[in-house]
Amino acid sequence: MDFFTRKRSSASSAKERLRLVLIHDRTDLTPEEMEALKDDLLKTIARHIEIDPETIQIGLEKDGREQRLVADIPLRGNARRRTG
Amino acid sequence: MTAQVITVTSGKGGVGKTTAVANLANALAMDGKRVVCIDGDIGLRNLDVVMGLENRIVYDLVDVIEGRCKLKQAMIRDKRYPELYLIPAAQTRDKNAVSPSDMVRICNDLRPDADFVIIDSPAGIERGFRNSIAAADRVLVVTNPEVSAVRDADRVVGILEAEEKGSPALILNRLNPALVKNNDMLSAEDVLDLLGIQLIGIVPEDETVIIGSNRGAPVAADGKSRAGQAFRNIAKRLQGQDVPFMDLEPQGGLWSALQKITGRK
Ligand SMILES: Nc1ncnc2c1ncn2[C@@H]1O[C@H](COP(=O)(O)OP(=O)(O)OP(=O)(O)O)[C@@H](O)[C@H]1O
Ligand SMILES: [Mg+2]
Repeated sequence: MDFFTRKRSSASSAKERLRLVLIHDRTDLTPEEMEALKDDLLKTIARHIEIDPETIQIGLEKDGREQRLVADIPLRGNARRRTG
Repeated sequence: MTAQVITVTSGKGGVGKTTAVANLANALAMDGKRVVCIDGDIGLRNLDVVMGLENRIVYDLVDVIEGRCKLKQAMIRDKRYPELYLIPAAQTRDKNAVSPSDMVRICNDLRPDADFVIIDSPAGIERGFRNSIAAADRVLVVTNPEVSAVRDADRVVGILEAEEKGSPALILNRLNPALVKNNDMLSAEDVLDLLGIQLIGIVPEDETVIIGSNRGAPVAADGKSRAGQAFRNIAKRLQGQDVPFMDLEPQGGLWSALQKITGRK
């Protein structure tokens, strides 16, 4: 670990790159398709409840050899149902 | 008793499948097991030279399949271990000369008189790979601690699961403990975490492997070789024994000096 340039160790970049590549290989979703999916999800949710898009996290997580799509959507304190 | 059929495969080429097959076969034979190896890499025969048996070949796998010889005639006896045999690959260019059902039939013929049948799969996920896994009771996936090798291993694991071959076990080959310590190589934990399969052995990068392959003498028989030790351990695990994983600290460093002093080696 090079402290001054804050370069990450090559092993940790290898692991991080692999983590992402394997998720996409296993789910057969490209990063673009994943972004489109997230956008659609957000739009759909926002039709029903008030949300702050900045606080939302949607991503693929690995559990052993299984992938799951995990969304963490904080609701506003006074989250009102949208009418109409 | 009937033989267990074990296939060694990898996805990516050159990661050490043939080396692993030759060494595991030798180590199992050293333990008194009856072993038959099959070179499944049609057109790119290699297991014969790694085992040092290239001068004894008369018939090959395709000769058996096409009825030009009996199965026994294509089984080459090892120089050192009389209960170790090799069925060499053909050097034909016709990859379709072998089918998955041919492999199943040949393995079934071998089962009654062997303890282990070990199949050396070609790289890739094509016909030769399919042939090689067709008869497998157990699959070992070999990889190196590198991005492309791990990625290809993951593809193969996915295919094996989809084919309901069960979850394979991992051989992590060519691990360099000094590089891992320096955070310049994926560790065994990293690779296991990424692939999500069980580990059956870690084989260090070891120049004795290359020297052994020059001579056609797999290092499993070399008591001083670290890689040889790792392969002997995997062979024991294949026999159901519980063998602790080797301590793969960098050689000659402060750590091993300390271990010598404290008598942990
Ligand atoms: N642990 C090791 N330490 C050093 N060298 C190794 C080790 N394992 C394998 N090698 C070397 O790596 C090279 C490739 O090994 P090998 O032929 O076994 O790979 P393979 O997966 O069978 O390749 P292919 O996909 O072409 O069939 C050989 O030169 C071999 O000697
Ligand atoms: Mg090979």
